[in-house]
Amino acid sequence: MISLTEYLIVAAILFSLSVIGIFLNRKNLILLLMCIELMLLAVNINFVAFSAYLGDITGQVFVFFILTVAAAEAAIGLAILVVLFRNRRTINVQDLDTLKG
Amino acid sequence: MSFEKFVFYVFAAVLVFSAIMVITRRNPVHSVLFLVLAFFNAAGLWMLLEAEFLAITLVLVYVGAVMVLFLFVVMMLDIEIAELRASFIKYMPIGVLIGLLMIVELLLVVGPEHFGLDKYAAPAKHAADYSNTKEMGEMLYTNYLYPFEIAAVILLVAIVAAISLTLRRRPETRYQDPASQVVVKKKDRLKIVKMEAEE
Repeated sequence: MISLTEYLIVAAILFSLSVIGIFLNRKNLILLLMCIELMLLAVNINFVAFSAYLGDITGQVFVFFILTVAAAEAAIGLAILVVLFRNRRTINVQDLDTLKG
Repeated sequence: MSFEKFVFYVFAAVLVFSAIMVITRRNPVHSVLFLVLAFFNAAGLWMLLEAEFLAITLVLVYVGAVMVLFLFVVMMLDIEIAELRASFIKYMPIGVLIGLLMIVELLLVVGPEHFGLDKYAAPAKHAADYSNTKEMGEMLYTNYLYPFEIAAVILLVAIVAAISLTLRRRPETRYQDPASQVVVKKKDRLKIVKMEAEE
């Protein structure tokens, strides 16, 4: 039988990996967005696992909402990215210093 | 080791492997493709947890729409990879250190002594005629009807925002103007010239 802790450990490893990814690819805006998606996936795995082991469907309803918001966030984030690239010809985070005095 | 456990370990191993590939690949296109693999394996894990509706949603909506959007953007932008990778090695030690620290801390919290089988028994398998989709639908359209509609509005706002952000009018592009096309009269376009007939 698979225990709840195994699902939680997989999600924890996934979450930590995406944190490492944010550190490693801290200049690449697209990779940062992808790491955030990976993080949301780890959280969703936690939600679904608890929902199954506690016998409460509410957890899955919340995953549904998280997926909705994550899709909206990805769409708007990529739109901002495209506009940014059009104006600055770069997606390097360190080049975005227009507001710096 | 039961077959179910074997399947779980295969999905989990490929999931972690593809996550590692996502964060270390040099080419962003490869990263996106490995992220697709990660989503597929997560969907497999959810299938094992009998969350069929969400598993299918993850594949259809996430892999089918969001990841394709990512792929579009990655391939459309002409990115200088070398410059973006400059700090990769430099930040490797601190990143891995913090990541390992997080994994250890999380394992202390979610370890077998707190969430093992003796604390949370494995849920009984549902009968063959159990419908996860029906169960979720009943919950969504009763207790969570208001949040559900707010989610719909959020998606609408996302559509409007994404389009209005990226829409641009190029001055050099010529557009049709249907209104002025419709009001055109015969005398605006046609000019009859009187002239002598020639042999």
